[in-house]
Order: sequence, then C-alpha cells, then structure tokens
Amino acid sequence: MGIFELFISAIFVNNIVLAQNLGNCPYIGCSKEKGVALGMGGAVIFVIVLATIFTWLAQKYILVPLNVVYLQTLIFILIIASLVQFVEMFLKKAVPPLYSALGIFLPLITTNCAVMGATLVVQREQYDLLTGSLYACASGVGFLLALLLMAGIRERLETLRVPKAMAGTPISLVMAGIMALAFMAFKGMV
Amino acid sequence: MSFYKEFTKGLWNELPPFRLLLGLCPVLAITKTAQNGLGMGLAVLFVLVLSNMIVSLVRGIIPKKVRIACFIIIAATLVVAVELLMQAYAYPLYQQLGIFVPLIVVNCIILGRAEAFAAKNPVNLAIADGLGMGIGFTLSLTFLGSVREILGAGSIFGVKLFGESFEPFTMMVEAPGAFICLGVILAFMNHLSKIQNRKRGLIIGDKLGQGCTVCGGCTACSRGKASA
Repeated sequence: MGIFELFISAIFVNNIVLAQNLGNCPYIGCSKEKGVALGMGGAVIFVIVLATIFTWLAQKYILVPLNVVYLQTLIFILIIASLVQFVEMFLKKAVPPLYSALGIFLPLITTNCAVMGATLVVQREQYDLLTGSLYACASGVGFLLALLLMAGIRERLETLRVPKAMAGTPISLVMAGIMALAFMAFKGMV
Repeated sequence: MSFYKEFTKGLWNELPPFRLLLGLCPVLAITKTAQNGLGMGLAVLFVLVLSNMIVSLVRGIIPKKVRIACFIIIAATLVVAVELLMQAYAYPLYQQLGIFVPLIVVNCIILGRAEAFAAKNPVNLAIADGLGMGIGFTLSLTFLGSVREILGAGSIFGVKLFGESFEPFTMMVEAPGAFICLGVILAFMNHLSKIQNRKRGLIIGDKLGQGCTVCGGCTACSRGKASA
C-alpha cells in the first residue's frame, strides 16, 4: 500500500474514532464547541506522532534486543505519560501561546486510548518508522475531523428540541452512529 | 453494611458505562458478540479489583504529586499479568479482543475508581467498590454484546436463535451499531430513572436523575434559581 493510500485510509476508511472505536471519551466529552474540539484535536495530533516515534524506537532498540516484549504495555504507557508531561513543560517554556491554546487538554491525553491504540497498531502491523509516524499523523487528523464534525452538529443541536430522555449524551451517541454509517461508505475507496 | 452499599452502587446507581460514561472505548469496540463482552468484562473486573486493593493499601505511602503516575503503573502491571494469563488460557479470546486488552490500562474506569474511591478509602471498601463496579461493567458489556449479537448475527453466545430465513442486521455488529445501540440504551435508562424518581417524588428533569447535586449549573437553570 502506498503512503498516500495509507494516509487516506487512516483518515476516512479506518477512522480512529468512527471505525475503530478508539478515543471515544474525548469524542463525547470535548465536542461541545468547535474551539475546544480544535484544541483537543491539535494536541492529539501532536502527541500521537511523538508517541509513535518514541514507542517505535523503544520497541526496536530496547524491548526486542532485551527480549522483554511482554512488557510492551507497561513501557508504552510510561513513555506516553512521561512524554505528555515533558511536552507540557517544554511548551510552557518555549511556546507559551501554543501551551495556553492546548491548555488542559494536554494532561488529558495520557489516558486517551487513541494515542496508545495508534502506537499498538503500528507495532502489530509492523510499519517502519516513517510509515508508522505517517499513519499516526493521519489517525490524529481523522480524530480531529470526527471531533470537529461532531462539535459542529452539537452546536446546532443546542437550539433544537430533543426528547427529554435523549437529551445530552444519548443523542450524541446516536449521531455518532449515523456519522460512522456515513464513514462506512468510504470503505470502497481504498 | 457499608461493604454492601459500596458493592451495590456499581450495579445500578453508578453503573460504570451507562451512568458514569467511563471506559467507553472497549464498551463500543468489542461488544460485537456477547462472549467478547463477557471476556472483556472479566478482564476489567480482575484488574479493577486488584488495582483498587493495591491503591488502597499504598495510599498512605504515595506522595500526592506523583499519585497518578503510580496508579498507572499499578494498572499497567496488572494488565500485563492479564495479557499473559489470557495468552496462556484463553488465546482465541485474546486474539478476538486484539489491542483492546493492553488498552485496559488507559480505560478511564480503572484510573477513575483509583483516584475517586480507592485512594480515599480503606481496603475492604475499595475491594467492594472494585467488585461492584467490575461486575456492573461485565454485565453491561455482556448485555450490550447480546443485543448487538442478536440483532446483527441472529445468535447469542454463538448459538443460533432464528431459522434460515433470518436476515442479519449487519450494521449492528459494525462500529455504527455500537454507537446507536449505546445511545438508545442510555436514553432508555434515563427514562427509567425519570419514572423511578417520579414514583419516589423526587425532582424530575436532570438527565442523571440525581437532582441538583451533580450539576452545579444553577445560574443557568430555572430550577436552581427557584431553589436558591
């Protein structure tokens, strides 16, 4: 599969939220406003690429040579957690505007399963470093796209009358389902 | 008594996936069949009870500043144990669940209970909480898995329910079915709590059925203004 196809398929066909069901908590939780969705999506793209590069290196140069691949889960989550912490500190010092834009979303990303999920998929599919980071970047873009679309719909939903029992999360989930249905149509594309 | 109370709250009032909306990813992704749901639920139950127990035991030792990192390490260690156990004794299930077994680490329910409950309560209560939440989680996953399997494949736990003429509703076992199914179940549960509350004569209206205590948006809410 070419790199372009990989990119398109990770954004649309195998969308990380709508087709693989990863990263659902922020998808439901942070999609009330477009600005918030944009911040969260941006932070995720940033972290997901870095995390993939670092976990890939750790897998190749630490876990495999030492023959401790079974510790993958433990090491990966440690890398992601410390990476998020480090990125937070670095941005605070070096790029304050970006830091204040991403704000509270950075620490939340540690437990976003989209990040950990992408790093694990890269390992399972045995992508090389370049393909892996491209895949991660595309997954992040797919996440941002899903989040933005959802935020756009929810902003409009505010003014509509929704049945009482459906109001809030239930209607969002049903909408996510319909959106996922629409994304299924991309399946024939790649 | 309090053991019993902590145990039962996870079964209905704070049923993890449906009420607290924690740990949604595995809920949506692996409930294609009832069996997968049950397997995932049991794995989470195991991790949750043990992590609650350990967190509660070491809660006096861990400095406040690094507690989240410690909780994650405890959870990750337990998840590695589950992974190895599943590879040894339930390999087909392990393959079915795929990356969602390691992803138990980042399941918010584990960290959520550690932070919100186990870090503040003695061991026996923490275990009760873990057991209740874990069993509630397992039952919810099995239920959602059954609904989706019946609709999407016409079977439950792999046993065919309908005759040859049944046309499976394939969408239900794909990603969209998960979202729609969960949404409808949530709406149904909201409706049930509303009826329950009305019977008990509580204030009706808020979506979790817990009155004004959980919301805090009193400035914007007419009911809050009236009561304030």
